[in-house]
Amino acid sequence: MHQLELNQVSVGYRGQPVVEAISLALEEGDIGCLLGPSGCGKTTLLRAIAGFEPVSRGEIRLGGRVVSTPSNSQPPEQRRVGMVFQDFALFPHLNVADNVAFGLRQWGRREQQARVDELLCLVELEGAGSKYPHQLSGGQQQRVALARAMAPRPEILLLDEPFSSLDVELREQLAREIRELLKRDRVTAILVTHDQLEAFAMADVIGVVQGGRLRQWDSGYRLYHEPADRFVADFIGQGRMLPGVVREPGAIDTELGTIAGVFPAHCRPGRRVHLLLRPDDLVHDDGAPLRLEVIGKAFRGAEYLYTLGLPSGTELLCTVQSHHDHRIGERIGVRLDVAHVAVFPAQE
Amino acid sequence: MDSAGSAVAPVRELSEGQRRRGLPLRLPWSPWVVGVVSVALLLALPVLVIAGFVLQPPGEAWSHLAETVLEDYVVNSLVLMIGVTVGTLALGVTAAWLTTTFDFPGRRHFEWALLLPMAIPAYIIAYTYTGMLDFAGPVQSALRGWFGWGYGDYWFPEIRSRGGAVAMLTLVLYPYVYLLTRAAFLGQSASMLEASRTLGNSGWHTFFRVQLPLARPAIVAGVSLALMETLADYGTVQYFGVSTFTTGIFRTWYGLDDSAAAAQLAAMLLGFVLVLLTLERGARRRARFHHTTHRQAPPPRQPLSRGAGLGAFGFCLLILTLGFLLPGGQLLIWAVQTAGDAIDTDFLRLFLNSLSLAGITSALALGLALFLAYGHRLKPSRVVGAAVRVAGLGYAVPGAVIAVGVLIPFAWFDHALDGWMARHLGISTGLLLSGTLAALIFAYLTRFLPVALQTVEAGLGKIRPSMDDAARSLGLAPHKVPWRVHIPILRGSLLTAVLLVFVDVLKELPATLVLRPFDFNTLALRAFELASDERLAESSTAALAIVLAGIIPVVLLSRSISRSHNHADASA
Amino acid sequence: MRLGISVALLGLALSGSLGAEELGVYSARNEALIKPLLDRFTAETGIEVRLVTGKADALLKRLQSEGKHSPADIFLTTDAGRLHRAKEAGVLQPVTSSTLEAQIPASYRDPAGYWFGLSLRARPILYAKDRVDPTTLSSYEALADPKWKGKICVRSSENIYNQSMVASLLSANGTEGTATWARGFVGNFAQPPRGGDRDQVKAAAAGRCDIAIANTYYLAAMLDSDDRTEREAAEAVSVFWPNQDGRGAHVNVSGAGVTRWTDNRDGAVRLLEFLAGEEAQRWYAEVNHEYPVRPAVPASEVLQRFGEFKPDALSLTRLGELNAESVRVMDRAGWK
Repeated sequence: MHQLELNQVSVGYRGQPVVEAISLALEEGDIGCLLGPSGCGKTTLLRAIAGFEPVSRGEIRLGGRVVSTPSNSQPPEQRRVGMVFQDFALFPHLNVADNVAFGLRQWGRREQQARVDELLCLVELEGAGSKYPHQLSGGQQQRVALARAMAPRPEILLLDEPFSSLDVELREQLAREIRELLKRDRVTAILVTHDQLEAFAMADVIGVVQGGRLRQWDSGYRLYHEPADRFVADFIGQGRMLPGVVREPGAIDTELGTIAGVFPAHCRPGRRVHLLLRPDDLVHDDGAPLRLEVIGKAFRGAEYLYTLGLPSGTELLCTVQSHHDHRIGERIGVRLDVAHVAVFPAQE
Repeated sequence: MDSAGSAVAPVRELSEGQRRRGLPLRLPWSPWVVGVVSVALLLALPVLVIAGFVLQPPGEAWSHLAETVLEDYVVNSLVLMIGVTVGTLALGVTAAWLTTTFDFPGRRHFEWALLLPMAIPAYIIAYTYTGMLDFAGPVQSALRGWFGWGYGDYWFPEIRSRGGAVAMLTLVLYPYVYLLTRAAFLGQSASMLEASRTLGNSGWHTFFRVQLPLARPAIVAGVSLALMETLADYGTVQYFGVSTFTTGIFRTWYGLDDSAAAAQLAAMLLGFVLVLLTLERGARRRARFHHTTHRQAPPPRQPLSRGAGLGAFGFCLLILTLGFLLPGGQLLIWAVQTAGDAIDTDFLRLFLNSLSLAGITSALALGLALFLAYGHRLKPSRVVGAAVRVAGLGYAVPGAVIAVGVLIPFAWFDHALDGWMARHLGISTGLLLSGTLAALIFAYLTRFLPVALQTVEAGLGKIRPSMDDAARSLGLAPHKVPWRVHIPILRGSLLTAVLLVFVDVLKELPATLVLRPFDFNTLALRAFELASDERLAESSTAALAIVLAGIIPVVLLSRSISRSHNHADASA
Repeated sequence: MRLGISVALLGLALSGSLGAEELGVYSARNEALIKPLLDRFTAETGIEVRLVTGKADALLKRLQSEGKHSPADIFLTTDAGRLHRAKEAGVLQPVTSSTLEAQIPASYRDPAGYWFGLSLRARPILYAKDRVDPTTLSSYEALADPKWKGKICVRSSENIYNQSMVASLLSANGTEGTATWARGFVGNFAQPPRGGDRDQVKAAAAGRCDIAIANTYYLAAMLDSDDRTEREAAEAVSVFWPNQDGRGAHVNVSGAGVTRWTDNRDGAVRLLEFLAGEEAQRWYAEVNHEYPVRPAVPASEVLQRFGEFKPDALSLTRLGELNAESVRVMDRAGWK
């Protein structure tokens, strides 16, 4: 049994489909992530899971129960979901402890107290229980919001862009901390973000959403190295497309030579294709026969990210340790070091 | 203004408060402070004059009052206040909640229509209901006709009673609570309500645990407006034979001919008001913490099931019917019966008189309210705060008492000026201010400025100091900040202030009666003179005209509110 | 448009004082019940009359505070008590006019000429025709008898007509006697006092009470009304003139005096003479069903149906003097 299961879920808003036919599943204790550019429908999908948006097709199951169908939608308050909002939505008229205890209405007084203490300890805000939200920093408010959402032990925790109102430097660190915290409590969670580093730092499974559709539901590693389509390839990580022609199954001719490997079925001989090359697929080697012109470079501290130009005008990226400082216009030796390459049909 | 100086002022150490407001340090008695304090004291003058009577030694009338009727006054006033509080809360908050949270048949029309009862003066609704529900009225006559009952065979609620007065006042005063609470509900962030839902609270629980506590400052403000109107009401309680402070003041002043005892009663009334105002300020001070979350999209309205939708529709229709359609319909029937006599050549002039008085007063009230509220914002000192509060006392003082408070100092001024001119220049200026519209408008301002002030202050409270700073950092001179930043943001509050005062002036009676110049008449006066002569039917045309003149601003008001709401929708 | 109105208002605001060819009237009579007469006066004499109507006490206060510069030349009220109070407050002046003295009976004007009654208003007992035998009625005093328990309707003690009525009782029976009477009378109320005089008539007609106290012109206006229910209610009651064997039925006047600071005393006296004149007296009688103050002018046809009566000859000044005392008596008796 999956903890969360979406079957062909579509959500329409004023007759306009915002989410179309999305299916995914999340196991208990796993942290999922919906990743995509703004306006892609990921927040709408999260709100559908919470019960704020009715589904127009498909069904949503939570802990085995059907909670949303087009004809029947369990109200949010009965779903046992916890939600952390982008603006935290702390209740300004309640202090921290009362905010955290807000969802524990049915609990006994002593259990409430114990749970609040436990969570404040978990989010490292012991002793802040009597403070009011406006007396806290942004990061503290965020942790209160998290504690409040976790307090009633929800079936699933939904996090809507939880780090977007925090300082950039804080985000990754907080994401890791929260992941640890959720894992310790074996909380199933799903996160919505447009920041892939956040997604990688927190999630076990990531879904890339674009135009209301789920492009790929996979681990971070596979999204990066085996993107399902060109959108995912462009959206996740960095990379450039190298044009080629399939010579025979398992061999593609390119400007950099023939590349061998196991390629998808569409790679029939004679087909024009694009290969996705990540910056780490090209290795700088002064002794390599292949020399490409440096047309751009960006300092990254430990390394440089060089943009290299092929005679045809195609650009490729290459990361090189930063003591290899080359000037723009210089030609440097590189070789291909491809363990696995993603291939897409060339666009007409 | 000293803004030019401040632009080149050398950098100085700023206190925390000043840094928050982004303003350079100024002398404690800047022109602002002097201006605000003088304007506030001038406006409070009538109230202070009345309060001055308290210093007269209490006559034997006072002990007579204490022995006989004082307890009645206190009990009745308290019962009215409690009843109106419960009534306006029940109607105003529920209506606001329904129309902002849910979608149901007719919701868009109810949004503005529910404000309409505000246009009906309380004494007029009292007259119409008495006409309908009295023993000899159509309702009871019909009941008797159908069932063959006679007197004493059946029970029927007595409209002219304390309970009836509570009902009448509630029906015309709930719109204040509705108006302010609705704005508060619309301003609540959607995510706050959704957070509550995901934490296991149904819509109902969310209402009580989140929406209501968050809207509390607005609700308290609305109820305090309604209560001040209740305390100042004379027409309704007098007609229904309920003795309150207001009727007591008149009776003591005129019946017992003891102005000191009357003023002492008025001072007790002011005591009630001070308690109200303190409660209201307290609620608003807490409200300052209620804006940690940035305003997000207002919550989308939830569709209601058929049954619930019908229930919401029924509730809104019921209060609209009771508060507006029934009394308005009764007025219309009477007016049709008597319109031939009532609409003479004077009628248009009455209409224009009423409209222009209301227009001029509301514009002045807005200007003064902005001035006072700004002064308070720029110079938040204890002196300024107290001055602004004193200027707000007039609202609950009955109009006729305010009128006497205006008469005395104005006449004193006229005589003093005349004497001085006669001595030094040999000319007589006579009565310069007494018996002019200036005196009348001044009395209106004393009485109704608090309404505008409260609305404007509440609006200013929503403008965060960082906005001033942002505007200044973008090169805007300090004196331009209000025009370029605040006024556009405040538009809704300002409009509300103007229209509330406008409607109040249209309905005003006792002060107009005492202070007006020769041959100057208004719709309210025409309606009242006929009604007080027990010619209800003849008075209905003028009453209906007040209602119609009042509807225009009420509709404008509600349209602007829904427009600002739609605007928020679009920008979300 | 708005600007135009503002300018017009400003103009009005600055024209507070009056010229010599004008008279200013502060009137407690409603505009509808005085303006037509003033218009006739202007048409006859060419003297412009400017009017402010309002409550008598408030107008008196205004007159007092305006003092010597007051634009009012005439102060007009609907009861003698207020006229007396105005005289006491020193805002009126005595005038002598042989016309007024000849036409207005002495009991309806101030002996020194401070004020003159212009119309008479009687406050008799009204009884439900179908339930009350008029022979059981006799005087105001007798209404305190327990046999009327739960049968009497009367408006609030706040009303000046009741205050004057009780003042007349005070004058006849003294404070003690009146206080006892008031307790008995209040004990006989069918309902807490509320509404106006017409409402008392309606309550009696509807069966809520058997006896109502109301001024005759209200009853007459109801009989004359276009509204069928008003007519029917009025027809259900009859007038009983109380105290006919003794001092007579309680009456009050509407009247006026010349203000102390008038700058047009002759014009003011002319206006008073006009209001006491035959034409004005007829108008009072016909339009508002008041009894003319001049014995020679006939009452309206409706009033004549109520029959002849003997009015209380008590000096109306006494009513004014006893007003505060009457309020105290009613307060103590619990007359709301």
